Amino acid sequence: MKIVIPSRADQIRAEARDLSWSLKGPSACGLRVTTMPVTTRRAFLAGATIVCVLPFGPARATPEAMAAAIKEVVGAGTIREGKVKLDLPPLVENGNTVPLTVSVESPMTPADHVKAIHVFNEKNPQPHVFSARLGPQNGRAVITTRIKLADSQKIIAIAETSTGQFFSASADVIVTLAACIEDVT
Amino acid sequence: MTNVLINAPKTAKPGEIVEIKALILHPMETGFRPGTNGKIIPRNIIEHFVATWNGAEIFRMEMSPAIATNPFVSFFAVATESGTIGLRWTGDEGFLVEERVAIAVG
Repeated sequence: MKIVIPSRADQIRAEARDLSWSLKGPSACGLRVTTMPVTTRRAFLAGATIVCVLPFGPARATPEAMAAAIKEVVGAGTIREGKVKLDLPPLVENGNTVPLTVSVESPMTPADHVKAIHVFNEKNPQPHVFSARLGPQNGRAVITTRIKLADSQKIIAIAETSTGQFFSASADVIVTLAACIEDVT
Repeated sequence: MTNVLINAPKTAKPGEIVEIKALILHPMETGFRPGTNGKIIPRNIIEHFVATWNGAEIFRMEMSPAIATNPFVSFFAVATESGTIGLRWTGDEGFLVEERVAIAVG
């Protein structure tokens, strides 16, 4: 959010109009802003405060939604901590591309290997990030990719083994520039 | 035009674990963002990424909109026999890209 300089009143008013226009209706990440006729700086600042305080609306995933998504994958199985290592930077400057590596300790033999790796998040619009299917032919249960993060949140990686066990690891990430904002192009 | 960047070794010893890295240019539009006209930009993402070794599937990934623009994936595979590694991306709006790289094992 831009810092408002009082002397540029006209510009600010124009910006405010743009803002209320682009945020009309259910917008980025379910953000809902009521359109108000912004005519004064005070009104604009009030609007800006609402936007800052409530950057995301109801369309966003919640820890409950994440739990439900995890339940869908795990079913009746129990998840234990350990064996999985989730590597991602603790402080992310740009949520649009966050490198993430999941590595699982496993012999990767036909008898005992990692069958799947699932990654979930708490606060993006959808809780699911990706699911990867592996097998003994992979030799090493390590995956690297880049993801988007809409906010500072907790990421969970779950590994499913061929023996029917589930292992997990989680990481807390602080995001300074969130992904999933309005189109700037 | 689709641009794909694949990084895999050209040769490997039998039984060696090789890393395969793949990057593809794709907007990965989430379907949650409004454009400049205030309307939501329709979702356009890659949903599946499948890797094969001489036709046999070795790796598969199901992607959500939470995968970053220009998806990058790196995974490992045991080098068993010479042949081709095939990579296939499929997604919204009929998106389909297939690429192959040769690998010599021995």
